[in-house]
Amino acid sequence: MQNKNGPSAQAIAFENTMSYPINEPLLAKGSEPVNSPAPPPAPERKWLETITPHNNIFSLNIKEIWSYRDLLMILTRRDIIALYKQTILGPIWFVLQPILTTLTFMLVFSRTRNLHDGWHHPVILFYLSGLVIWGYFSECVVRTSTFFKDATPILSKVYFPRLIVPLSLIVTNLVRFSLQLGLFFLIYLFFILFKGEHMAPNAYALLLPVLILMVALLGLGAGMMISSLTTRYKDLAHLTTFGVQLMMFASTVIFPFGSVGTGLYGAVMKINPMTGIIEAFRYGWMGEGHLSWSLLGYDAICVVVLMFLGIITFNAIEKSFVDSI
Amino acid sequence: MSQEILQVEGLSKMYKLGDINTGSISHDINRWISKLRGKEDPYQKVAVTNDRTTKTSNSYVWSLKDINFSVNRGEVFGIVGKNGAGKSTLLKLLSKITKPTEGRINIDGRIGSLLEVGTGFHPDLSGRENIFLNGAILGMRKQEIRRRFDEIVEFSGIERYIDTPVKRYSSGMFVRLAFAVAAHLEPEILIIDEVLAVGDQEFQNKCISKMKDVSSQQGRTVFFVSHNMMAVRHLCTRALLLDKGQVSMIGPVGEVLEAYHHDEKDSAHGVRNNLPERTKGYFKSWRLEGQTPSNNHSCYSREDFDMVLQFRAQESIVKCDLNFKITGPDGTTVLFTKSSDGLGGLFMVHPGDYEFRIRMNLPVAKGKYEVEVGLFAGGWVDTWKSTTKLQVLDAADGYGGDSSAAILNVKTDFSLSSI
Repeated sequence: MQNKNGPSAQAIAFENTMSYPINEPLLAKGSEPVNSPAPPPAPERKWLETITPHNNIFSLNIKEIWSYRDLLMILTRRDIIALYKQTILGPIWFVLQPILTTLTFMLVFSRTRNLHDGWHHPVILFYLSGLVIWGYFSECVVRTSTFFKDATPILSKVYFPRLIVPLSLIVTNLVRFSLQLGLFFLIYLFFILFKGEHMAPNAYALLLPVLILMVALLGLGAGMMISSLTTRYKDLAHLTTFGVQLMMFASTVIFPFGSVGTGLYGAVMKINPMTGIIEAFRYGWMGEGHLSWSLLGYDAICVVVLMFLGIITFNAIEKSFVDSI
Repeated sequence: MSQEILQVEGLSKMYKLGDINTGSISHDINRWISKLRGKEDPYQKVAVTNDRTTKTSNSYVWSLKDINFSVNRGEVFGIVGKNGAGKSTLLKLLSKITKPTEGRINIDGRIGSLLEVGTGFHPDLSGRENIFLNGAILGMRKQEIRRRFDEIVEFSGIERYIDTPVKRYSSGMFVRLAFAVAAHLEPEILIIDEVLAVGDQEFQNKCISKMKDVSSQQGRTVFFVSHNMMAVRHLCTRALLLDKGQVSMIGPVGEVLEAYHHDEKDSAHGVRNNLPERTKGYFKSWRLEGQTPSNNHSCYSREDFDMVLQFRAQESIVKCDLNFKITGPDGTTVLFTKSSDGLGGLFMVHPGDYEFRIRMNLPVAKGKYEVEVGLFAGGWVDTWKSTTKLQVLDAADGYGGDSSAAILNVKTDFSLSSI
């Protein structure tokens, strides 16, 4: 007898199928509890390097980073060159930004009376000094806070010490910052030489390199921590830009320390580690501002704590972030 | 001193499937708690062997499981396997891009990896600047690059464009420059993934001979992954065959490649209506017996051949109607036939292995066709859409012209006469 089912009905049934390979039992071997064979006891051979599943949370492999210093410089160069390739003004853009912001602030806040009661020098120097230093901090945090994500195309294809990337961002921003600081000093000199302002740097001006280092480390520490956490929880990326912006208002970038008094706002300002740094800079170069060793000491503690947290979180995910990003 | 330069012990890598974020906080907390209590990761226990064709409810898989091997100094070591067998994962672990879940890798030399050509190339920078950038990313020192700069440019053969931004390069020029940098790396161990797939034949040959040089004359070790079997056979001395994240075979390259081909031909994978162990019988494999040399999944257009279907009966089945269907690349049914319609009628089988033979020919255009078979006995015993495609080649007699323009490739005879 012949099978009378129509071919079309059968052809449809062909589609109604499920996927299954023939030579694999449903429960594959891997589903059993894992008894990984213990690695053979202490091989007598000394290997140059061993890759294991374990992270060393507290170490920074300075030696390895040093051996990649050329890469650090080349990445920095790339970032700077790429920024002004095919622009007419080129690096001038670096200094144009803080100048425009300063002018905006002067325009907006000029109507607010008594704001700068404690400030006897040109207001432009007040804003510019704050903005330039703050700008370095905020660029460091914001740029490093997304570096794992931004550099994934490279990081997922080749190995080099991952810390090179945030370090190159810090150095790139340092170049930018130096140009902006140069602009500040140009205007500073202009006021002294041509306007007869009575300003002179005092001994505290020598703190400048320390202050810059503190800003860089604050930015690096916070950025590393945020960047590491962002590889798993991307919510943080949204918060960072906003948070950093908000922090600026809780610092002495816009309002002199004296003008806010000792209320809640003053307390918030003191918590912001950038306050002490900016004030120390202003005091050192212009003799006005709120130099406080206790604030600077607090800042130093912030640097240590943030760097510590940054390194821990960074090391915890450095070797596996490629899987989760 | 031992000749071993790299040793892999019990290497495993687990991945989570699907969306990483969903529920990952709770999984993270679970992991953390068991770590505090000194227990092992609870999710490692439930992970299953990696096989992309099966669907499980389990969201953790072992992409690599318990890999052991070692490689000697100066060897060119090939890694072959199907897509998803774990080749790239293995290379990623070897090149420290991600860490293993278990096991260890002992290395006795500097590793340079080339998992992609032109990593870090910046489109706005010139070829010259990108050589330095790419070289540094791959681990070269600045003086090293400077010393070999002329050599690199010469090897790439694009001297004229060296100061042009690479975004203006053709893709071929881009690849040439990128490979030229990589070829002049000087690590003791070089890892290369599938990068030869790009570039023209001449350049590929150049690269292959360069890599031979690297190992034979400079005594460096090369890991080489490619689907280009010619390149693997040509370059490698030993090879490793990966299958579903496990080592299927390690040995001389010839033997491994043979095993790999065998494995691919007998691929029993495909789409089925039933789990094989629950049916009365199931199709195991198919092959063609015809004119084509050394490949039993292809035939010439119009050639007469036997389609051989291996079938395992697990129970006696009466009145079996064999259904056979071939589908074109665009989804059109090219052929549908049943044994009950043609010569053959209905079959009867007892438990055991059988071979169905269908004598046929395919007068169709060259291309890859899908094979689907079914056995009907009052209901479907088994239907199987094979993963392996049937490749139809241009007709052996060379007759047919540009056959890809039409579905059929029939021998035609033109003549002209005046009336």
